Amino acid sequence: MPRHVLIALAAALPCLVPALLAAQNAGQNSGPARLDSPFRPPINFTDETAAPPIPADVTDDRRVARNYPEQPPVIPHNVRDYQISLNNNQCLTCHSRQYTGASQAPMISITHYVNRDGQTLGAVSPRRYFCMQCHVPQTVAQPIVTNTFKDVDSLISRPSGGPSDGGDRR
Amino acid sequence: MLDRRDFIKAQAVAAAAAAGGVSLPAMAQTSMIAGEDAQLKWSKAPCRFCGTGCGVMVATKDNRVVATHGDMQAEVNRGLNCVKGYFLSKIMYGQDRLTQPLLRMRDGKYHKDGEFLPVTWDQAFDEMARQWKRALKEKGPDAVGMFGSGQWTIWEGYAASKLMRAGFRTNNLDPNARHCMASAAVAFIRTFGMDEPMGCYDDFEHADAFVLWGSNMAEMHPILWTRISDRRLAHNHVKVAVLSTFEHRSFELADIPMIFEPGTDLAILNFIANHIIKTGRVNREFVEKHCNFRLGQKDIGYGLRPENVLEVRAANAKDPTDSKPMSFDEFAAFVSDYTVDKAAELSKVPKERLLALAELYADPKTKVMSLWTMGFNQHVRGVWVNHMVYNIHLLTGKISEPGNSPFSLTGQPSACGTAREVGTFAHRLPADMQVNNPVHRSHVEEGWKIPKGLLPGKIGYHAVLMDRMLKDGKLNAFWIMVNNNLQAAPNTNTETYPGYRNPDNFIVVSDAYPTVTAAAADLILPAAMWVEKEGAYGNAERRTHFWHQLVNAPGEARSDLWQLMEFSKRFTTDEVWPKEILDANPDFRGKTLFDVLYRNGNVDRFPLSEISPEYENRESKAFGFYVQKGLFEEYASFGRGHGHDLAPFDQYHEVRGLRWPVVDGKETRWRYREGLDPFVKEGEGVKFYGNPDGKANVFAFPYEPPAESPDKDFDLWLVTGRVLEHWHSGSMTMRVPELYKAMPIAMVFMHPDDAKDRGLRRGSEVKVVSRRGEILTRVETRGRNRPPRGVVFVPWFDSARLINKVTLDATDPISKQTDFKKCAVKIVAA
Repeated sequence: MPRHVLIALAAALPCLVPALLAAQNAGQNSGPARLDSPFRPPINFTDETAAPPIPADVTDDRRVARNYPEQPPVIPHNVRDYQISLNNNQCLTCHSRQYTGASQAPMISITHYVNRDGQTLGAVSPRRYFCMQCHVPQTVAQPIVTNTFKDVDSLISRPSGGPSDGGDRR
Repeated sequence: MLDRRDFIKAQAVAAAAAAGGVSLPAMAQTSMIAGEDAQLKWSKAPCRFCGTGCGVMVATKDNRVVATHGDMQAEVNRGLNCVKGYFLSKIMYGQDRLTQPLLRMRDGKYHKDGEFLPVTWDQAFDEMARQWKRALKEKGPDAVGMFGSGQWTIWEGYAASKLMRAGFRTNNLDPNARHCMASAAVAFIRTFGMDEPMGCYDDFEHADAFVLWGSNMAEMHPILWTRISDRRLAHNHVKVAVLSTFEHRSFELADIPMIFEPGTDLAILNFIANHIIKTGRVNREFVEKHCNFRLGQKDIGYGLRPENVLEVRAANAKDPTDSKPMSFDEFAAFVSDYTVDKAAELSKVPKERLLALAELYADPKTKVMSLWTMGFNQHVRGVWVNHMVYNIHLLTGKISEPGNSPFSLTGQPSACGTAREVGTFAHRLPADMQVNNPVHRSHVEEGWKIPKGLLPGKIGYHAVLMDRMLKDGKLNAFWIMVNNNLQAAPNTNTETYPGYRNPDNFIVVSDAYPTVTAAAADLILPAAMWVEKEGAYGNAERRTHFWHQLVNAPGEARSDLWQLMEFSKRFTTDEVWPKEILDANPDFRGKTLFDVLYRNGNVDRFPLSEISPEYENRESKAFGFYVQKGLFEEYASFGRGHGHDLAPFDQYHEVRGLRWPVVDGKETRWRYREGLDPFVKEGEGVKFYGNPDGKANVFAFPYEPPAESPDKDFDLWLVTGRVLEHWHSGSMTMRVPELYKAMPIAMVFMHPDDAKDRGLRRGSEVKVVSRRGEILTRVETRGRNRPPRGVVFVPWFDSARLINKVTLDATDPISKQTDFKKCAVKIVAA
């Protein structure tokens, strides 16, 4: 089978990728076929692979659209050595309501002013104090496995409006 | 990429075009307001990840999960999730989901060195059954085994327990929870006669002090950490003490930060007991009424292979669990060696901090919550150290009441619910019963409606022993479900991988994704995951919570429950049960294991009509009855009436979980105390009713050193663990782009001066080498983890850098849980 056809098939039928890899190797008669964790190069379990360089942080200050409204936005700027302690939270020095005028940073969500009992407070709720439990910076590393999650808009705007694949993706 | 100005211009053009009736460019086609088509179906489910057990709301549309958020009505998290929880929507959608069974084949049939080729479920089960029957025929029940999980749903673990113990007549069944909290579970039983915490998460809002014993809750239990930060930051008198072998994010909230030498937590705890006694703060009345004192066995070895010099040299490696009664005065004399000076010298924690810590326990006015997970449990003296923390709570009577709470956290979503309560350990049966107790076995035989004497009494292989037995060719047919043991087990190059590729063995892996474990298997079975099936988990505070099937699994992927039950149809009782038992019980002849285990009048009791019409339930439709309900109700019958009471099945679909024991529809938040626990009678005050005398056991143990400490050749401590963004081996979270990009590779965190001494700096490529194996990675000197000199930390989520090739397979000799926190390595430039 020509290689480009295989690739096209693999893209169209992701569920068959492991099988196809096996079939491909069988066809070429190049030793036992492999099925590997995609995060490892095709080496034996007992072998080790060189480590990639530490990827740089994404610091372009461009907001990334959320996958759904409830998703915490990722952090598009450098946070190295940001101090968060009992006495100081450097994130809030730009993102809390009173500083956003000067910083032009997005204000933290109004949900962050609500305590565990649903009462709105005059300041950030202590349960929301450690920002990076939910908001994480991103590196420039490129994901190894494609994720086929579809956001709700892509389902709503589908021209036919009917169900597509029944969730089976095949 | 468009810049902002271009984008706004394009949107304006699109809007004008729409007004003029011109067809829209794709970008502007999306509806801006919610019409009928934007309706989402929201359903509740527990989070798929850790033992915290947060509630999430899951939105589905067209048979796909499209959004998730923290459930406002869930008591555990009240609307919050951590970053992993917020990305649950994406965990099922990695492009490489396994969707059909794959068997190693050559020339059209199975071959150990063959190539993975797709087969039908029938072909897969045919080959698997052939291999199981071969192993059973050649060597008997000891030659088959299963390695399950604290991520199994309750009914999956229960169905597996029935299949292995009653079907194949072996207790070679263990969960990956053995690697996770076996030490905690064993210490609970030895101390209180009953497993699992007496308190609950409500303690967070009542305590005046929190002590983290080796736990990094800020990253590993982030939502519970929000409850601690809420309490600490809103109440000035509240104190947080954090003990660890390296500095991490939980130190950001610490009033009393403490970095201690690995393994010396034993000495610190004995010092605290001594301090309580010496300063006259023992709660004498509580101790006299409610405690026994016992002297534990010392010098018990390190759970290595018996021929290892450390085992040969240990005086009591053969009977590590022994103990004998002692008096309070003898106990006081025993711990009197552990002065603040001695504790400070061993641990290298400054004396003032040790004293401040001890006062949190000693001061009768301070309500204190102790919290621990892997730091205690993955410890060659893990059972001891669990006992020691109960010691200091029992000496002061600070237990079983709001805010006074020794609290063992768990790592997996159903470590408690499935591994412990269902009893999927090699030594356990449902509701804390034990396989080596004939009365317990007989009770289970009755409940399961199987012949008397059928259940085996010999304790099966535990996790690490399974790997050794696979390597040694004694365990030959092996099924791994919902775990990635080749990434998770210790010393994998030497002790785990050889067993998987041993030509005598047939290895089956059920998983949703191609993991390193799947790649080393002989047969891969594609699994449905999380909300692709109806499920139940039990979290760390005894909360049992349910969810419905919300979407269908892709392709041919099927739930573990379906796999277990369907496989059981391949065996008849005549093939797997002894002749004597069938002679004495001829009615059981000629039946399949499916008939006798799952069509026994209990499991098949509830018709399909009882399933909610709102939700799909593929397994039940496949078998023709409401399997989850039947399995749950049979299982729950073992615990009702004596303190393990679970609510009726249907109630759990209505609520956000309930904490057992559930009596008269009401959950129990604090156990063992009158007025709070329905099993403590009026006038009893406190009663540890798990033990026949109603008392808890205080154990005396010494400090003993770890199995392997740094020396001149391997001069650094290696500590392994997790990070916030990834859960366990990363098979789900590494497939979520945002989580992958946040933490793409496992680096070695080390002190900048340790790096400098070796001619290294941040970003240098290095080998982390032990006597057993090595990995290649990069040096991180300024990340979130800041080890002291002499200690390095490497997380284990990254399958391209398998740090468990480096770790040591030393276990706690009592709990058989591996110590993943202490071994000796060197670091050299690659």
